[in-house]
Amino acid sequence: MISKFTKRKLINYFNLSASIVVTAFGLVMLAWILTVLFGKGFQHINWAVFTQMTPPPGASGGLINAIVGTLLITFFAVLIGTPIGLMAGTYLAEFGGKGRFSSTVRFINDVLLSAPSIVVGVFVYAILVKPQGHFSGWAGAVALSILVIPVVLRTTEDMLRLVPVQMREAAAALGAPRYKVTIDIVYKAALSGMITGLLLATARIMGETAPLLFTGLNNQFWSLDMNQPMANMPVVIYQYALSPYEDWQDLAWAAALLITISVLVMNIIARYSLKQPSSQ
Amino acid sequence: MSATEKDIKVHLHTQSAGVIWDKVFKGTAFAFAAMVLIVMLAIMVMLFKEAWPTFAHFGFSFLYTSEWDVVNDKFGALVPIVGTLVTSLIAVLIGVPVSFGIAIFISLMAPSWLKRPVGIAIELLAAVPSIIYGMWGLFYFAPWFANTIQPFMTDNLGGVPFIGQFFQGPPIGVSIFTAGFVLAIMIIPFIASIMRDMFDVVPTALKESAYAMGSTTWEVVWKVILPYTKAGVIGGIMLGLGRAMGETMAVAFVVGNSLELNTGLFYPGATIASTMANEFNEASGLHMSSLIALGFMLFVITFLVLSLAKWFLLRLEKSQQGDET
Repeated sequence: MISKFTKRKLINYFNLSASIVVTAFGLVMLAWILTVLFGKGFQHINWAVFTQMTPPPGASGGLINAIVGTLLITFFAVLIGTPIGLMAGTYLAEFGGKGRFSSTVRFINDVLLSAPSIVVGVFVYAILVKPQGHFSGWAGAVALSILVIPVVLRTTEDMLRLVPVQMREAAAALGAPRYKVTIDIVYKAALSGMITGLLLATARIMGETAPLLFTGLNNQFWSLDMNQPMANMPVVIYQYALSPYEDWQDLAWAAALLITISVLVMNIIARYSLKQPSSQ
Repeated sequence: MSATEKDIKVHLHTQSAGVIWDKVFKGTAFAFAAMVLIVMLAIMVMLFKEAWPTFAHFGFSFLYTSEWDVVNDKFGALVPIVGTLVTSLIAVLIGVPVSFGIAIFISLMAPSWLKRPVGIAIELLAAVPSIIYGMWGLFYFAPWFANTIQPFMTDNLGGVPFIGQFFQGPPIGVSIFTAGFVLAIMIIPFIASIMRDMFDVVPTALKESAYAMGSTTWEVVWKVILPYTKAGVIGGIMLGLGRAMGETMAVAFVVGNSLELNTGLFYPGATIASTMANEFNEASGLHMSSLIALGFMLFVITFLVLSLAKWFLLRLEKSQQGDET
């Protein structure tokens, strides 16, 4: 017969050990995924990957058109999505306050942040691809820009809220109109945080596959025309990884490694650049 | 006109320019904020419009029939709906205890030099693109699982009355269960980081009074921290659930994409998102409309789940503000 005290202690030890075990489980899973990715990916990264086009079935080739396509689509998605997220975030932080409109926007934005990306792809298919009759780089960029907005909006609002009210008051007391206070004082103070938001948004969309399946699709050839279907890394990974051809599968691993490295590096930079201003 | 009068006029002029620009700036900001609402509304409306032929043709039977026959234009959404619910349920059942343990470890147990690295490592799990989980799941996890854990589970649990039927299936690795497991790993970082943030803001005085009364760490967690953060923890779990339901690429790789209804969790299946990813580009007419109808339902379900999550999180925030004042 164990005493109540021993029983409590045993339960405590058991549950805390379980916490350590599951934390180790999480870390092992991350390690497993990264080991597989680096192991398979590095073998197949060579000069051809960066110089040749995506090959037809059974032939060897590279990824250059997909790399350029992803860069272009991501660039335009960020270019479209950022101003919207930025201005909307500014409204919520500077003008909206706690009113009903702002609360609604904030609420909907948080839902949009986690909404299924595939549905966004279908939406853009319905408004752009279907009326135009063909897939295009623009449709891909618009779909991804809808995913950029909530990330940028959220970080912008959070960052602007960190700027002390006294700074705004000081500028206003000197006679600066409200828009100048916001642009010249508040934005400047919150700049590093806002850039973090931009990096996180870019990282978020770079590896997104589902919305591009129905919008940008793929293109085996070199194309810089945003009005045409455009090669891009995620869709190449999807198609090649599930193909029976070994050359294609190898390229898929190389592409997967490149995308993951870019995304992880952007995430880490974003985290570190965010740490600095708060420690100042 | 005297010099002073002129000065005043110039002054008034610049001031009114400021007023105008203020209005323009505020108006633009407002318009873009409103755009967020418009985008959400437009997604709902467009999806419903494109899905309408299916709803009109099949009515409510679309929701509860399981036949998905592209050749004869007969579509019922039961299999993908059940698949979505079951995979995300498995994900939550596995993911929540693990996230809870991770949050306890980072927030209460880890020495301070270990907190940050472990926290960042877990959050990196969230940054890995969905499609990478799919490749890893299909080429590495699924074969390993089919050769080790699955036979073990079938041998030991397959004979148990009633629950035994859930642990049946061919040893091919791609299955409803595999999809649920991969989803669990994908939602762990989201749930764990919300739980950790919640645990960190529990007032030290509360925790320390419990310790002073002789509580063990586990009792502090179970009887002080958890009741205090209940709403937030539930919110975090709902958020994870919403994420799991909408996840596409990883699931499309490992779920097996079979539109047949099986009770065994080790049989291949399909979810709403995986079905859409698979069939969309070859679809037309009623088939296409049915896929969009699936998407519409997915959007509505996740919208409800995520709204509920947000509501719980807001409730905790409010109660904490109440404590501070």
